[in-house]
Amino acid sequence: MTNHAQPWGGGQWSLRPRTVAVAGSVLGLIAFLSAIPPIDARSPFVPLVFGILAIAAGLWAVTRGVRRPGWGAVASGVIGIGLGVLATRSSTGNLHVVFAADLVAQVLVFATPLTFGALGGMVSERSGVVNVGLEGMMLMGAFWGVYAADKGGSWVVGILGAIFAGCLFGLIHAFWSIHLRGNQIVSGMAINFLALGVTGYFFNQLYGNQNIPAGVSTVPNVAIPGIDHMAYLGPAIGDLNLLIWVGIVFVPLSYVILFKTPIGLRVRACGEHPRAADTVGINVYAVRYAAVLVSGALAALGGAFLSIGFGGGSFTENMTEGRGFIALAAMIFGNWRPFGAWGAALLFGFSTALAYRLPVYSSSAATLFQALPYVLTLIAVAGVIGRSVPPAADGQPYVKQ
Amino acid sequence: MSDTAPTSSAPPEPEPSTEFAVKLGAAQRAGGLVVPILTAVLAFLAGGIVVAATGHNPWIAYQGIWDGAGFNWLFHIPWDTNTIHLDAFNLSQTLLTTTTLILTGLAVAFPFRCGLFNIGGQGQYLVGLIVANWIGISFASWPTAPHVLLGVVAAAFAGAVWAGIAGFLKATTGAHEVITTIMLNWIAIWGGQYLFGQGGPLQNTYNPSAPESGTVAPSAHIPVFWGNPVLQGLDYGFFVGIAALLAFWLILNRTTLGYELRATGFNPDAAAYGGINVRKKYFQAMAIGGLFAGLAGAIDMLGYLFQFGVLDVQASQIGFLGIAVALLGRNTAVGVGVSAFLFGGLLYGTTRGLNPNVFDPGLAGNLTSMIQGLIVLFVGADILILYVWNARRKARLPRILQPEAGK
Repeated sequence: MTNHAQPWGGGQWSLRPRTVAVAGSVLGLIAFLSAIPPIDARSPFVPLVFGILAIAAGLWAVTRGVRRPGWGAVASGVIGIGLGVLATRSSTGNLHVVFAADLVAQVLVFATPLTFGALGGMVSERSGVVNVGLEGMMLMGAFWGVYAADKGGSWVVGILGAIFAGCLFGLIHAFWSIHLRGNQIVSGMAINFLALGVTGYFFNQLYGNQNIPAGVSTVPNVAIPGIDHMAYLGPAIGDLNLLIWVGIVFVPLSYVILFKTPIGLRVRACGEHPRAADTVGINVYAVRYAAVLVSGALAALGGAFLSIGFGGGSFTENMTEGRGFIALAAMIFGNWRPFGAWGAALLFGFSTALAYRLPVYSSSAATLFQALPYVLTLIAVAGVIGRSVPPAADGQPYVKQ
Repeated sequence: MSDTAPTSSAPPEPEPSTEFAVKLGAAQRAGGLVVPILTAVLAFLAGGIVVAATGHNPWIAYQGIWDGAGFNWLFHIPWDTNTIHLDAFNLSQTLLTTTTLILTGLAVAFPFRCGLFNIGGQGQYLVGLIVANWIGISFASWPTAPHVLLGVVAAAFAGAVWAGIAGFLKATTGAHEVITTIMLNWIAIWGGQYLFGQGGPLQNTYNPSAPESGTVAPSAHIPVFWGNPVLQGLDYGFFVGIAALLAFWLILNRTTLGYELRATGFNPDAAAYGGINVRKKYFQAMAIGGLFAGLAGAIDMLGYLFQFGVLDVQASQIGFLGIAVALLGRNTAVGVGVSAFLFGGLLYGTTRGLNPNVFDPGLAGNLTSMIQGLIVLFVGADILILYVWNARRKARLPRILQPEAGK
């Protein structure tokens, strides 16, 4: 055979099922976007047409064997039609309240702690250590970050303090999971309880359960010259917190490190087959320690964003309120991959941002919206739309021979 | 060859493996009472060090918690059962908390014996609470006995269903029960906030601005046997907790189901070889675990809470505390009972029972979380505790856990 062209698509251009599936997912998104500002289509047929195209593309991809992205496109089409038609049914006034341009900024605000947490969890689990202690590490970062910023007088000190606190709890988790070979879920849950107690105790001890005094140095916003006064783009991304940009940069960065460098190969080898990694001379214990410490530091950055980033220098007991668990969900939903995790974090951030705006329609339904990330993740792990599969040696202690 | 399947003998001997359940079994045989007691002592000691380091007297703090839990009543012989006296009242409140913790502890311990880690006790408890509240409000014209019975049974069933989802997913798709139960917890937490919140279906009818549930009708109140019913006395639900401990022991140790569950917990492959339907056991273990947690919700709601608000849903931690209770109690009936009493005292003694002049309740409540975390942490490292203990005895005993105890 000398014909290298794809068997379908005929000669000039080839139609790869994966590309079609991705295009289908985008069409599903367009189905929804077409009905909201600034496009504001008022006819239900617009989202319907885009959605049906998305479903068709998805089904076509599925029949060509690309199951996961294919079903994803179908789901995207169905959800796009549902939300899009719903939007054409409601008043433009309400729509403009919910989908103002600063929704983008708000989604990024809610997604940032999840992004940091999910990336942290991913690094740890890729090396083979399950980390359900993300919530606790985040909480540690939130409190010790604001404490260090308050006492050190600078947000840089605050960030360092948060990273130190996250690494400290990461070290405990690593020692327990790697050297003592305890159950990693048990020690992760212990980290969560311990962090809740430690931060609450010292918050009461050091601040008497009062508010953190005003004027704590906080992470600054980055005003992008030229964009910050533009229509739509200005309120959306013109004046975001520095940590939001750091989180966004960490996504491709972690992708490159994990999947394109020898370091990343080592980390992933330890998570997939530690014995094989050991045989080729990789120090499995050292790699896992490093990964869990990085995980703690990343989660703590997510926490610091809550207290000295967007939070403006505040703290309350149990400030993270389960965000560590949503981050865990985002990591699983994103299939233990950086862009997947980020996409999931954005989706979950979007659902939270909507929950804050939907009270113009119904306050009780808005609360219910907060459960969406967990429902989606439950569906994802159950394998209805392509199963989420963890690294092979995730959660298994390694015994050197 | 080996065509005689091991169906009637003792559970198959566990392979030397790093499975936590297996390790725990080995530690149980080796450490007995020593390890859990050492665990608790170490955790309280570490908590005391934190208290001392922050400039408080740990002795006075712990004594305040001890008195707040009403444990001092036990030493007032002859015992005065009149709850007008503070000690007796505090003890009755500690026992109320103990009842809940026994049940949420069993919710973790039961699946654990089948090799499953149920982190979803909180969600299953909340689902039970919600259903009990709904039943308690709905059939107000019923007489007490059937009304209470209906509420308790429905709530227990709801808890079983909630945990059963995780068990079903584990059995059919292999989805890890830790992930699914964490997700189900948060679905229950947000669901509860929706149901009791403003405009929610179960919000009270008399004050639309208060995000709280309605109040359970008097006909669904579980009768009180110790103390004043108006002042939150100890209700008969306490005996349900004790009975649940007995049932837990009976099911696991005296029935075929229990044998099969334990065999699955020891080694699922060997159990499957022996003709046990492992998937079915996973589902049954989770469902029965959830049943205990749902029961806890029912007894709390019909016993003394009677109503629940959005803020209570957010603040509730008692299902999570069940994890520490079960792990400290080594997943045995007696162990869970004792550690539930310990945590019940700790929980009540650091919150409402504590005299604020003795020790700041803001600190004490968080001390509970800290001790809870330390206990779970230390239980997660039996090897460390055993190692310390063995080092003390200068290796006079044969090394326990030979394959794993290295390092």
